Amino acid sequence: MGKKLLAGPYLLWMVAFTVIPLALIVYYGFTGVGGGFTLANVAAIARPEHSKALVLSLALSMVSTVCCLVLAYPLAMVLRGRGIGKGSFIVFIFILPMWMNFLLRTMAWQTLLEKNGVINAFLGFFGLPKLQIMNTPAAIVLGMVYNFLPFMVLPIYNVLAKIDDDTINAAADLGANFFQTLLRVWFPLSLPGVISGITMVFVPSLTTFVISNLLGGSKILLIGNVIEQEFTKSGNWHMGSGLSMVLMVFIMASMLLLAKYDRGGEGTTF
Amino acid sequence: MKKRGMSEIVAVAAAVALAVSGLVGCGGSGGAATQAAGTSGAGAGADASAAGQGSASGEGTAAAGAGTAAGESAKPQPGGELYVYNWGEYIDEDVIDMFEDETGIQVIYDVFETNEEMYPVIEAGGVSYDVVCPSDYMIQKMIENNLLAKLDFSNIPSFDQIDPRFVEDSKSFDPDNAYSVPYTWGTVGILYNTSLVPEDKAPTKWADLWDESFKGEILMQDSVRDAFMVALKMLGYSLNSTDEKELEEAKDLLIAQKPLVQAYVIDQVRDKMIGGEAAIGVIYSGEMLYIQEEVESLGLDYELEYVLPEEGSNVWIDAWVVPANAKNKYNAELWIDFMCRPEIALKNFEYITYSTPNKGAFDMLDEDLQTNKALFPDAEALKNCEVFRYMGPEADELYNNLWKEVKSN
Repeated sequence: MGKKLLAGPYLLWMVAFTVIPLALIVYYGFTGVGGGFTLANVAAIARPEHSKALVLSLALSMVSTVCCLVLAYPLAMVLRGRGIGKGSFIVFIFILPMWMNFLLRTMAWQTLLEKNGVINAFLGFFGLPKLQIMNTPAAIVLGMVYNFLPFMVLPIYNVLAKIDDDTINAAADLGANFFQTLLRVWFPLSLPGVISGITMVFVPSLTTFVISNLLGGSKILLIGNVIEQEFTKSGNWHMGSGLSMVLMVFIMASMLLLAKYDRGGEGTTF
Repeated sequence: MKKRGMSEIVAVAAAVALAVSGLVGCGGSGGAATQAAGTSGAGAGADASAAGQGSASGEGTAAAGAGTAAGESAKPQPGGELYVYNWGEYIDEDVIDMFEDETGIQVIYDVFETNEEMYPVIEAGGVSYDVVCPSDYMIQKMIENNLLAKLDFSNIPSFDQIDPRFVEDSKSFDPDNAYSVPYTWGTVGILYNTSLVPEDKAPTKWADLWDESFKGEILMQDSVRDAFMVALKMLGYSLNSTDEKELEEAKDLLIAQKPLVQAYVIDQVRDKMIGGEAAIGVIYSGEMLYIQEEVESLGLDYELEYVLPEEGSNVWIDAWVVPANAKNKYNAELWIDFMCRPEIALKNFEYITYSTPNKGAFDMLDEDLQTNKALFPDAEALKNCEVFRYMGPEADELYNNLWKEVKSN
């Protein structure tokens, strides 16, 4: 009885802020502007401007997820190697920027990357050619990697930290070199963390509209931008909800992947 | 309004939908707020000089205000609150304090960045604003959708300060002059950087924005009507066209221009032009004076010139309106009346530098400002210009879909 009572506030929260809003999105997604059931809002994803945006979003978020993984794995191994005391200080330094507003940090990148920005002033000082990536997909990928990298590092670090040193030593005793240990021992054991990290980076990258607006000069339309525009500019909540539901399919697919590989819940970030 | 009774639940749904689509639902408004914070320091200098004369005349009107309040005891007593929804950076903030001091009304002030962003907020009614400052075509749309309340002009005696020319112009979106009181007006044109654009290439018409030599140097407006206005006017069509063929042509033109465009921006065009990030930008005439002052005070080695393109452009009016669901309509009318006072209109003009339709304020300006053709163009210069009109939901959808095609290309 006591335990059930404790779950009460949580249940209320879930119903009020997850179940009801989701139901409303489903309702809006399957009704037209004049009311009445329709599949048009969901089917609208097939329109060239929408499907192009979705494909581009998928491509950019995959690229940024791979970049994050390549950057994060070695870092997580270094962190593990440092031992608890020093390692956690580095983790702290790493998380520190996250205390600042996400929007501000992305705007700072604008100032850095602009044509007359900080980086180009620096390059110009040494007579080096200017960096022209502002308002291109490359700037968006950079923004995604910068903002979401901690979400890749932390779950991988959490899993690596739990791997017993004896396991590694045993591999060395049995004659495995570093790369064999990495591929046969480290990586398979850290897979839950890797999968969790991939999901944590892929999902927000896929849905972002702020990064593409700020670093893409509104020239590059991602599926997040399309949905945002339907809600804030076109005022067509039905279309926006319909497209959100299509996007949810992709998010759920990656969640299912997570559930399959991470049964023990080891890869959770916090 | 009619179909959305449960406005609060709907607002929650919107928030979650935005969260699903991006995890940071406050992207737009957050940006506007930080921008306001960033530039307010720059405006403070210009503001200080106005404060001297402003406060002196403010006291005089305060006494006058008290007199009328006492004389008409039948009116509801002022006091309480007033929810104002205005464009970002669109008022001298001292004016808000002066209004609060004089009336005892507490002002809650929010800002928006585009008409399109403002409309669903008013329509959903989650927050009931008392006084809003949209543009012409959006006011028409709000009137047609019964979102506005008729004003009681007996509470707005200073309305006679508005130049009759703008009262007349307002009839294009508010046929009986029953809902709106003009606040600012202006045109949309081209701003160019004299050091980045060779003299013989100085733009004079919209078609110059398709010049290959400006690749990566052009800033376009990131709002559907403004962007299509440029292309439609260049093609010689009306900026209120709903002809699918004409709009398709305009769309193709915008797609052809896209490789030359550095970015589609709204308020950022100002800072980017001042910083020399781009050579040419499409901009509201009201920004010109502020930008030129800023360039001068920063001691930059270039100038920024404003041109009203030959093909004609959009002449616009932003006006105060009161939403139908306003809880403090009388306070809103007091606010509008306050804004119409010549000395207040002048103070706002000096701060925001958008042309004022207030003839009392205009008469107080220096002669070189009065004769500044970029700020106050005459009828000859405006002969090809048009006011935006709301063309109905089907046209809205057509424009939005074509704009998405431009953006996704």
